[in-house]
Amino acid sequence: MADTANSQRPFLEVSNLSVQFPTEDGIVRAVDGVSFTIERGKTLAIVGESGSGKSVTAQAVMGLINKRNADVSGEVIFDGEDLVAMSDEGLRKLRGNKMAMIFQDPMSSLHPFYRIGDQLTEAVNAHEKVSKASARDRAIEMLHKVGIPAPAKRFDDYPHQFSGGMRQRVMIAMALINSPALLIADEPTTALDVTVQAQIIELISQLQREFDTAVILITHDLGIVADVADEVAVMYGARVVESGNVDDIFYHPQMPYTLGLLASIPRLNQVHSDRLDPIPGNPPSPLRLPAGCVFNPRCVYQDRVTGELCQTQRPILEDVGAGHQVRCHLPATERQAVAEVVLSALGRSGA
Amino acid sequence: MSAYVVRRVISMIILLLLLTLVVFILFSLLPTDPARLTCGKGCTPEVLIANRHRLGLDLPVVQQYWEFMKGLFVGRIYAVDSPSPVVCNAPCLGYSFKRGEEVLVLIKDRLPATIWLALGAFILWLAAGISFGIYAALRRGRWQDKTVMGISLAGYSLPSFFLGLMAIFFIIIRLQLLPYPSYVSPFENPIQFFQTMLLPWIVLAILYAAFYMRLTRNQMLEVLGEDYIRTARAKGLPERIVIRKHALRAGLTPIVTAAGLDLAGLLGGAIITESIFSLPGLGSLAVNSVNDADLPVIVGITLVTATFIIVANLIVDLLYAVIDPRVRLV
Repeated sequence: MADTANSQRPFLEVSNLSVQFPTEDGIVRAVDGVSFTIERGKTLAIVGESGSGKSVTAQAVMGLINKRNADVSGEVIFDGEDLVAMSDEGLRKLRGNKMAMIFQDPMSSLHPFYRIGDQLTEAVNAHEKVSKASARDRAIEMLHKVGIPAPAKRFDDYPHQFSGGMRQRVMIAMALINSPALLIADEPTTALDVTVQAQIIELISQLQREFDTAVILITHDLGIVADVADEVAVMYGARVVESGNVDDIFYHPQMPYTLGLLASIPRLNQVHSDRLDPIPGNPPSPLRLPAGCVFNPRCVYQDRVTGELCQTQRPILEDVGAGHQVRCHLPATERQAVAEVVLSALGRSGA
Repeated sequence: MSAYVVRRVISMIILLLLLTLVVFILFSLLPTDPARLTCGKGCTPEVLIANRHRLGLDLPVVQQYWEFMKGLFVGRIYAVDSPSPVVCNAPCLGYSFKRGEEVLVLIKDRLPATIWLALGAFILWLAAGISFGIYAALRRGRWQDKTVMGISLAGYSLPSFFLGLMAIFFIIIRLQLLPYPSYVSPFENPIQFFQTMLLPWIVLAILYAAFYMRLTRNQMLEVLGEDYIRTARAKGLPERIVIRKHALRAGLTPIVTAAGLDLAGLLGGAIITESIFSLPGLGSLAVNSVNDADLPVIVGITLVTATFIIVANLIVDLLYAVIDPRVRLV
C-alpha cells in the first residue's frame, strides 16, 4: 500500500501540527507545534496528563476536528497526502477505511439504538459496494477475530447486551474491519477493568501484526507504553516535551516532566513506607499557558538553570541522541545527573 | 409486550371511569340549574319539576352516575313510564340537555373537522419544526441559527387568536386570496375543504412548530456531542447519514413524546382556532356545552378527549420501545 514515490518519507509524518479553538474566554491552544513520525507495523505512544493535547492531536490527524470551530495548521503527511489541506470529503473517505480510531469509553461510543451487526456493516458499506451477505460475513469474521464468542449470534445483539470489554472488542472490530493502515487508539483501556485491559492491549498488538498497522496509542498508563510502544512522545501543555524510542524514554529520560511521570508509577516492589512521588501542582490551563517553558511552574529543577530562562524563553525541542529529542533548558550534564538520581531512586540503573 | 398492552388498557379503562366520576361530582357542585336553562321564558314551577324529572336531575348524584354507567355499558331507556320510551343503545352517552340530540351523534358529527384540523396542523408543524430545528442545530451560533430561534420565539409568543384574526383580515378580506371559511367534508368538496383548512392549519401549526424547532434543536445539539456520533464520523459515514440515521434517531424520543401528547390534546378540540375559523369541531361544541351546563355533552367530550390522550400515552410508550431497544415494557 506504500506509495513508491514517497517511500523515503515516513508512513505518517506530522510536522508542526497546531490546533487552536477560539472561545469566548480567549484562544485555547490545544496542540502547539507537535511533530512525530510513525512507520507501518510500529507503535507510537503519546503520553501525558489529561488536557495535554493528546486526544486533540489524534482527532486532528483523523480529521475529526470541525474546521469551523477550530484552526488547524501544520502538516499531516499520511502515505504521501497532506491531511490538513485535504477536503472534508477526502478525509471522510480515508476515515474508517485507511485510518481508523477507537475511543476511550466503549459504553458510550457505540450507538445504543442499533444492532452491533448494523454498526459494523455500516463501516464496510461506507467505503465499499458490497452485498449485504458479504458485509455480514466480514463483520462476523471480524467479531470472531476480536474474540467475541458466537459471533454469528451476537451480530444481532444491541450494545447494552455486551460488557464493557466486549464492547471495546466490538469497537476494535469496527475500526479494523476495512484493514486500516493506521489505527489510533485513544485511551482504549482507561474505562475497562484491569484484567480486561491487558487482553485489549494484547488484541490490538496481535491484530497490528496481522494487518501490519501503524498504531498511535494514546494513554497515560506507562505500564502499557513499556509493553507495546516502539516510539514514545511525551506531551505536556499542548507540546511534545520529550520523544524517542521506548528505551530512551524509560532508561535515558532527560526532561524533568518525563522523570516526574516515571517516578509517579506505583511499583509492586516498592517498600510500603515509600510514598508515591507525584508531580507537584496541576497541569496548566490551555487558555493561559505559562510563558517560557510550559512546565516551569511545576519543575523542581529550574533553580539549576541560570537566570530567568525557564520563565521567559520557550525551550526548543533539541536532539540529544539518535531520534531522541528533549525540550528543556537544563544543560545536558545537569539533565543526565538529575535523571541518574531519579532512576536510581526508582531502583533502576540509568546507564 | 401483549401482556403489557392488556395491563395498560385495563388501567386506562379504570382511569376513564374515575374521570367521569370526577366530572359528575364537579357538575353537581355547579350553581347552575340545567332544568331552568331548558325551561324558557314562561317557566312555571311545574314545568321545571317535570323537566328536572325528564333530565333525571331529581335523582341523587350517585344514582345519576349509576344510570350513566349503565347506559355506557348496556344501553339505557329514557322515559320508561311514558307511552313512547326512547331507547339509547350502548355505548350510550345520554342526550344533550340543550339540543335533545344523542351525545354520541353530536360528537360524531363534530369529530371530523377536529381530526382534520389536528392532523393537518400536526403534519405541518412536525415537518417545519423538526427540519428547522435540525437546520439551526447544524448552524449553531451562526446567523441562520439565530434567525430560526428568533422566528421560533415570535411564533411562540404570538397568540393564535391574534394570528388567526390577522390571517383572516389580510388574506381573506384584504387580499381575497381565499374565500371565507366554510367547512365541508374533503370527500364532498376537496377544493373548498383545502381552502377552508389552509389558514387554520397554518395558524395552529405556527404555535406548535415554534416549540418543536426549539425542542429539536436542543435535542440535536445534545446528541451531536455524544461519543457515538464521533464514532459514526470516525467510521467515515457521510455527514447526512450521521445526522439522519445516528443523531436524529437518538434525539427523537422526547420529540415523539411531545408530538403524541400534543396531537392527542388537539384531537379534543382546538377551541380558539375552531372558533375563529368557525369550524364545526369538538372544541366549539365543548365551549357551548359548558355555557349551557349541558352535562351529558360535557361528560361525553371529556371521555373522548381523555381517551385520545390516554391512548396517545400508550402509543408513545410503545413507540419508545420501538425507537430504543434498551426500553423494556414491563
